[in-house]
Amino acid sequence: MLKVRSLKVNYGAIRALKGMSFHVSEGEIVTLIGANGAGKSTLLNTISGLLRPTSGEIMLEDKPIHRLSPAVIVRRGISQVPEGRQVFSSLTVRDNLILGAYPKMRVSSRAEIREDIEHMEELFPILKERERQTAGTLSGGEQQMLAIARSLMAHPRILLLDEPTMGLAPIVVSSILTTIKRLRSEGVTIVLIEQNAHAALSVADRGYVLETGRVVLDGTVEELLENQEVNRAYLGKGYKEVWE
Amino acid sequence: MPVWNKDIETLNREDIEQLQLERLQAIVYRCYKNVSFYKNKFDEIGITPDDIQSLDDLSKLPFTTKDDLRESYPYGMFAVPLREIVRIHSSSGATGLPTVVGYTRNDLENWSDLCARIMFAAGVTRDDVVQIAFDYGIFTGGFGFHQGAERIGASVIPTSVGHTNRQVTIIKDYKTTAIASTPNCALTIAERMEKLNIDPKSLNLRVGLFGAEQWNESIRKEVEERLLIKATDNYGLSEILGPGVAGECEERCGLHINEDHFVAEIIDPKTGKKLAAGAEGELVLTTLTKEGFPLLRYRTGDVTTLDIDPCGCGRTLARMARVMKRTDDILIVRGVNVYPSRVREILIQKDGNIPEFQIVAYRQDNKDNLEVKVEISEELFLDEMKQLRTYHLQLERAMQKSLGIAAKVKLVEPATLRDENGSIKRVVDLRPRNGETPPAE
Repeated sequence: MLKVRSLKVNYGAIRALKGMSFHVSEGEIVTLIGANGAGKSTLLNTISGLLRPTSGEIMLEDKPIHRLSPAVIVRRGISQVPEGRQVFSSLTVRDNLILGAYPKMRVSSRAEIREDIEHMEELFPILKERERQTAGTLSGGEQQMLAIARSLMAHPRILLLDEPTMGLAPIVVSSILTTIKRLRSEGVTIVLIEQNAHAALSVADRGYVLETGRVVLDGTVEELLENQEVNRAYLGKGYKEVWE
Repeated sequence: MPVWNKDIETLNREDIEQLQLERLQAIVYRCYKNVSFYKNKFDEIGITPDDIQSLDDLSKLPFTTKDDLRESYPYGMFAVPLREIVRIHSSSGATGLPTVVGYTRNDLENWSDLCARIMFAAGVTRDDVVQIAFDYGIFTGGFGFHQGAERIGASVIPTSVGHTNRQVTIIKDYKTTAIASTPNCALTIAERMEKLNIDPKSLNLRVGLFGAEQWNESIRKEVEERLLIKATDNYGLSEILGPGVAGECEERCGLHINEDHFVAEIIDPKTGKKLAAGAEGELVLTTLTKEGFPLLRYRTGDVTTLDIDPCGCGRTLARMARVMKRTDDILIVRGVNVYPSRVREILIQKDGNIPEFQIVAYRQDNKDNLEVKVEISEELFLDEMKQLRTYHLQLERAMQKSLGIAAKVKLVEPATLRDENGSIKRVVDLRPRNGETPPAE
């Protein structure tokens, strides 16, 4: 469904992606794990159109999208949930959701948008409770739910999630993960970026391990969990345990 | 037709290539990072992993040869610490330093799955009773097929090689339905069954998986008629994986290469240039998923052609033609590589002289045999008969020990091995090829 081929992206003089390739098939949850600076967010921002690649291509259903604007890319069916949620904290939860429908404003009726909001509140009951509160008053986990819901308002076929579990309590993490699985069962294809490899590998089908702007390993979740390098570097198994 | 891994084996070409590119970039980076041999080679020719931006860029990479593997004996080219290796196989070492190959747990998983894939394509199912008559041990054949058959869920009988009578008894009594062996071994079994008056019609055999030596359509026909089975060919080499690299499906129009784990190229063995699709040349393999012992552009020395058109069986994985030739002088006789250099070493005399010799492979009574003709000096010929006989015996013993296969030694008079141009053909293969009659000696 989504194919990325030999993507190179520069941040000024720094080459953040050095020829990255990966793909996602319809209905899959694919995770990209890696340490800080591996290029994970750069990759998502490039797919969303926020950054321009210097070379390489991004194909959505065999059509290139890497020269399109972010707005057009959203309309093609790719939505990103940015790192750090970035909800509009002074607006109410409901207004945040309505803004998520912005790309659809011209084609959707008010009734349709209202229906979508109802669906989101069904998916995330907490948002219904907090509907009239400003987003800034929500907890981290609630804000993450809101950020996901806001992205879903655009009816994406592919959802890009940038570190959705960052800074959240374990119990909240597990509810976010449950949500991700549920979204997949509703037909959304998911690209999940995580530093928390444990969390990512517990929901994904396949994964890629990123290192300094490149893929160093790919495989099914089972394969990655078996790989000793992944264990050592990303799953916090001690150096000693793995090497001796 | 049932397919073991439908998602992969029927991918369209573009998706296969996407997967190959992703994995190629990752493995090139891993090789550069973890294997000093590759880092040095890359640095020497001035390339980095980032230069691999498409599958065509593969041709920028250096080749890896058997000699490279020998020079890094035993563990020099492992890409992970020994701690992560859970299995070690190696070549026989009969021809110099052996090549040592380590497998991680994931490598073993993949190996099992790929063997299951080719065995399933050949018609093996979980209802089969599979007799593995390949050597178990440091050689990859036995374990590879064993793991594959187990993965399918068949009932596996690890008989290993030899003990023909026992093989026959087991086929008969244990109701073996599928056999994995060398074609020669299958013919030996067929012969023994005839001797023992066992009618193949009374047996349950139906599938044969053959490999590890050169064979051809007439041998296939013969094995099929004498054992009443459907015989398929498969291809693998211990440096890359063992069995599981490629195998025939029931259409039998080439061996499907497991392209999600290997990239195959065909090159001109002389120039090293990549050849156009369909051309005959040397097969070069790059592993895409191996963790323990990844190889980039390994020169197999096997001559074949590639066909990427989808097969009648529905699989889209490229097919390679049956390997009928080698690029070097190696003769493969009964699964054993026979190198002229090794024979030369045996023949070195005390004074450092090496007598002229010629290695001949021929087929007799449906068996591949090896003969080494050695020119001896006139003095030796005129010498006592007893001395001559001792020398002859010594040579045969040394050949057996060093080549790992029995060779008949024939002592010939001086200057009889040269042809009319005055040169000596070191290696002569008289075994019949496809549809040809054997050349008269």
